Amino acid sequence: MTYTIEGETGPWEVVIGLEVHAQVTSHAKLFSGAATAFGAEPNSQVSFVDAGFPGMLPVINEACIAQAVRTGLGLNAEIHLWSRFDRKNYFYADLPQGYQISQYAHPIVGKGEVEVTLADGSTKIIGVTRLHLEQDAGKSLHDQHPTKSFIDLNRSGVALMEIVSEPDMRSPEEAGAYLAKLRQIMRYLGTCDGNMDEGSMRADVNVSVRKAGEGFRTRCEVKNVNSIRFVMQAVEAEARRQIEVWESGGTVEQETRLFDTARGVTRSMRSKEDAHDYRYFPDPDLPPLVLEQSWVEQLKASLPELPDQRRARYVAMGLSPYDAHVLTIERETATFFETVAKGRDAKVAANWVTGDFFAALNRLKRDISDPPVTAQHLGELLDLLADKTLSGALAKQVFEAMIETGQAPSVIVEERGLRQVTDTGAIEAAVDAIMAANADKVAEYRGGKEKLFGFFVGQTMKAMAGKGNPALVNEVLKAKLG
Amino acid sequence: MSLDAATVRRVANLARLRLEETEVEKLQAELNGILGWIEQLQQVDTEGVEPMAGGAPVEVKLPWRADAVTDGAQAEKVLANAPDREGDYFGVPKVVE
Repeated sequence: MTYTIEGETGPWEVVIGLEVHAQVTSHAKLFSGAATAFGAEPNSQVSFVDAGFPGMLPVINEACIAQAVRTGLGLNAEIHLWSRFDRKNYFYADLPQGYQISQYAHPIVGKGEVEVTLADGSTKIIGVTRLHLEQDAGKSLHDQHPTKSFIDLNRSGVALMEIVSEPDMRSPEEAGAYLAKLRQIMRYLGTCDGNMDEGSMRADVNVSVRKAGEGFRTRCEVKNVNSIRFVMQAVEAEARRQIEVWESGGTVEQETRLFDTARGVTRSMRSKEDAHDYRYFPDPDLPPLVLEQSWVEQLKASLPELPDQRRARYVAMGLSPYDAHVLTIERETATFFETVAKGRDAKVAANWVTGDFFAALNRLKRDISDPPVTAQHLGELLDLLADKTLSGALAKQVFEAMIETGQAPSVIVEERGLRQVTDTGAIEAAVDAIMAANADKVAEYRGGKEKLFGFFVGQTMKAMAGKGNPALVNEVLKAKLG
Repeated sequence: MSLDAATVRRVANLARLRLEETEVEKLQAELNGILGWIEQLQQVDTEGVEPMAGGAPVEVKLPWRADAVTDGAQAEKVLANAPDREGDYFGVPKVVE
């Protein structure tokens, strides 16, 4: 069903395209040997190239090229063996060169596509127009001084991948799912850490609205949105604003806007159209970037398993599409699951990881990188279930004890005597005692009140401190009650 | 092709150059002269000549560097020429969008 926003004149469709800036994971910058680490002292990771000193020449970092190609391959995109760097000219206090080195006419990666999964389980293909390499700018701090802005050039020159999508998204949910998918792919590939809090991924969101069946109307660009949730909110806020403009008889002007996260509205950012006249031209300091096909093939052969492939493999192992999806969102989760499932029943392992284990993570506010129970221990717990040392109920009890103590399940079972009782003699003795103590109920049961069976099960389990094997308890009770 | 005075002012503005009216006229003439040369160049027969992306010959390859931290850690030198310095930051007139 098409997502629409209801205006005074009826429903409106929303058209969304995203330009995502993803910081390349590398030690050094795109064109200099300065470090890229986050959180360093101001201006401590700046070479003279990054500071735009006269006469300094850029030399490209091969790892950044490889990361762009790997990302392109992960997006099922064409890799361009010939690409070129251009200068994008504009003046801003955090851009010491007076231009950004980018790829305008000839990007390193061309058309590709990603498949996103939506909440209702449906999937959709979102087209990728291109991916190109460019330099990041420095960072401005505006709140340190009443009349000055402070500039830190540590980020200046760090490699970014700009990934441009086709205007293929039609709802805030699709925009959010696309951004999440890009992040997931890059985290699997190790090409961008996807850390949105540290600004490693930012999105410019292009939004327009239209009536069903129309072509595209004028779009506006909401700049620098830095979380998946804010992207979804910005799409809706900007679409509602445009609907109001159209419905009040106005015309939406193409412009750049900012999303005010506190107020949940977008506001105009640049008024002068001149600001968009970047006068691109080929950077005379940099000859074209030429790749060998064999080098690209090597990178392709060394790609790790991607989320879509991994998900398909899990479904083939017998997992539900939903579990397969949830377990592959983060690479660390998938690795955890695979350790638990190795040599064991994959479905049981998936149930425990997505069930009790995820619940524990949520409850304890822990992250998969810092799990309250190790994958090895959880696997051992499944072994104790499989060999019937533990019943399901006892296993849950042991699991809680594992969280508290960090001990191996076998240790907990021994120390606390939680081993399930499968000795038929012991169960028969317990059942006999319960029947003797409840002679009236036994008579009622035999008189036809069959739902009392549950009462006997409960009493027997209680007498055995929960350790009776449920199947055996049932069996013995059935035989004795007749 | 010829540039009008408004285009000269616009180009100057984009390059952050402040021009006096007399300079506009002078630059307009100079720029039109340059554009005339370019037009002349375009008459050269380049059939079969590989396009160049810059001043370097086509066979000049882009050199690649290894991904190693070899530079930076020189805040004092980087900030040495700053007209205004605030701690280890550059100070600039307030720019807020």
